[in-house]
Amino acid sequence: MPDLGRAALILTLGLCAYAVVAGGVAAMLGRRRLALSARNALFAAFGSTAVAAIVLWSAFLRDDFSFAYVAGHSSRDLPVAYKLSAFWGGQEGSLLLWLLVLTAYAALAVWLARRKARDLVVWVVPVLAGIAAAFAWLLVGVSSPFETIAAPTDGSGLNPSLQNPYMVIHPVFLYLGYVGLAVPFAFAMGALLSGRTDERWIVATRRWTIVAWTALGVGQLLGAHWAYEEVGWGGYYAWDPVENAALMPWLAATAFLHSVMIQEKRGMLRVWNVTLVGLAFCLSLFGTFLTRSGVVSSIHSFTQSAIGPWFLGLVVVAVVFTAAMIWLRLPLLRTTARLESLVSREASFLYNNLLLIALCLTILWGTAWPILSEAVRGESVVVGRPYYDFFLRIFGLPLLLLMGIGPLIAWRRASVRGLLRVFAWPAGLALAAGMLLIALGAGSSIPGLIAYTFATFVLATISLEFVRGTSARRALSGENVPRAFGQLVSRNRRRYGGYVVHAAIVLLAIGVAGSSAYDSVVEGRLTRGESLSVGGYTLTYRELTEREGANATEIRAHLDVRRGDDDLGTIAAGKNAYSVEQQVSNEVGIRSDLLTGEDLFVIAEQVRDDGAVYFRVFVKPLVNLIWLAGLVFVLGSLITLWPDAREERRLATRYARTGESANRPAT
Amino acid sequence: MTLWVVLGTALAAAVVVVVALPFLREPAPSSDSLDALGDTDRRRLDAQEARDRALATLRELEADHRAGRVSDDDYRSVIGAVRRDAAEALRTLDAVEAGTRSGETKTG
Repeated sequence: MPDLGRAALILTLGLCAYAVVAGGVAAMLGRRRLALSARNALFAAFGSTAVAAIVLWSAFLRDDFSFAYVAGHSSRDLPVAYKLSAFWGGQEGSLLLWLLVLTAYAALAVWLARRKARDLVVWVVPVLAGIAAAFAWLLVGVSSPFETIAAPTDGSGLNPSLQNPYMVIHPVFLYLGYVGLAVPFAFAMGALLSGRTDERWIVATRRWTIVAWTALGVGQLLGAHWAYEEVGWGGYYAWDPVENAALMPWLAATAFLHSVMIQEKRGMLRVWNVTLVGLAFCLSLFGTFLTRSGVVSSIHSFTQSAIGPWFLGLVVVAVVFTAAMIWLRLPLLRTTARLESLVSREASFLYNNLLLIALCLTILWGTAWPILSEAVRGESVVVGRPYYDFFLRIFGLPLLLLMGIGPLIAWRRASVRGLLRVFAWPAGLALAAGMLLIALGAGSSIPGLIAYTFATFVLATISLEFVRGTSARRALSGENVPRAFGQLVSRNRRRYGGYVVHAAIVLLAIGVAGSSAYDSVVEGRLTRGESLSVGGYTLTYRELTEREGANATEIRAHLDVRRGDDDLGTIAAGKNAYSVEQQVSNEVGIRSDLLTGEDLFVIAEQVRDDGAVYFRVFVKPLVNLIWLAGLVFVLGSLITLWPDAREERRLATRYARTGESANRPAT
Repeated sequence: MTLWVVLGTALAAAVVVVVALPFLREPAPSSDSLDALGDTDRRRLDAQEARDRALATLRELEADHRAGRVSDDDYRSVIGAVRRDAAEALRTLDAVEAGTRSGETKTG
């Protein structure tokens, strides 16, 4: 069976290589059948990659430990869900997931765009195939998941920290995001290669960019929740290189989603937009390189890793190719439109872009610093949390404020008097909220106070936007409030979906500020019957239990929880001892108050033989708003993504005649 | 082992057929060239995009003014230029369309 997997991957490599060469030749020489053949090769590459993936999944489900990868990442008593997710529990499987998602995206994107932008798609095929070929080569020639060994009686199991429901879906979302950025990149490069730099590449990839960006955002939040529950250190984001690897392309894609609106509305920033798409994709490759090569933890693992140099080469090729294409097509990308005023919507979007990219590059610098310092000084220096927190405040707080200002300024130019009138209410509310917070004692953290004041301002402007829009619609059509509201959103999905996403970011900011700037923590060794107090809670250690789970021994310390005179029940924290993996994991206890958004978070750091336990207990105000933000974020993205029939008709009319005179029917 | 070899061979044969399908379907087509986007089509596309941009800006400005997001003063200072852009875009598109029609008539 491993032979079938290997053969399928070799086929994928051959098909992708063919699609690059045949697609490139067809596009350059204008050969119709060859172009269709290259496109079909891309479709077939998805099929053969799916076969390889099915072979690997099947080996996990059958406990076929003759596959070295299965033996290294699974065991007989591993629950079925984790056997399925063990697929991406290691390097080879992760790369196969990358390739599977990429070929699926490529086939779907090319198929959906076959009628709208035929002459572009001809150039998009070799670009997508080139990326897929690089990953197929890694899987065939460098790091195969189908290596075989003499089958042991049992596998060595899956890392206990990966045995968590979030790990079943978090990597999938992350890869849907990372890989999804290849689609707008390929269309942008297709536009540059073909010299057709009109807006069709943007129209063809608008939804793909939002899908990838949403998946990457959701993937990061799922990862943060996993870290919060599973890693057991009391936080959810540690500025780890692997976490930063996902954040950087997301920030670049966020900048693109804003700046592309300026191109659509004013025809400006065309060079900047292709640069951002290129940056987002190159950062997603760089992120995968960081995650997969082990280069950050030690420069030596880089030299020992077979995949690191290949991946670095791929990143360099992508960067050079993108820069060269933009340079070559600069004359086609120039525009006559100019920024008319520094106080206008396009200017505010530009400020937003500069802040996002500054934050992104700052994170990139901090993440790459250990590699650079080791290369230059022979000593790896890791940048700590204060560096990232500092720049998050410097760039993040103005970004938060701009979220409230940008959407309410007119295009082209606005007067200060007009702005004062529009922002009077939100600014007044924000100032009132700030003063109230100071009165309530929130002045202990200045960044936290500023974040809450800005958050109030943004929420007020968003609410006002919905109110004003609904009122204007009622005045125009005489509809009742719910209908006017519904029509307002459904007729302006991108705008109001965007506001909902902004509301999600505000919730996230409130949650992060609350849980990091105003949290409480206490540590202590307790024997049975002893108590400790933190943030208004009193916890009394009652008993220690032990039971055999599916594949681990579960030890739990149970504590009674009280707040004032209220009995809030019990909370349990402890450790799981995994026999096959020979590892112990922290299993934290979390009690969420859904009304206040606060968490009581208990870690049993050490469980002693005499039954005494060393506890660390956090109270994290508003932390649940972070997870709520994820749901609101998805809602906003769905509103934005939902097809708009009127817009589709308008675009169909615009491109109808173009389609007629471009390629022949591509069926 | 044999089963997997057979399956692998079948997979390889299937992908070869899929890739060769355009040539199998049309072994001797009357034309095998990709029709490139002509200059007229490009000009028309650019003009259509410029028109849609200008009209969308005009619509949004009107809606923002109606909703009270844009003050009367700001509206008055911008509306003239926005309308001029829209008119210019429509004129350009008309000129391109007229050129296309006359080209088609001559050809016909």
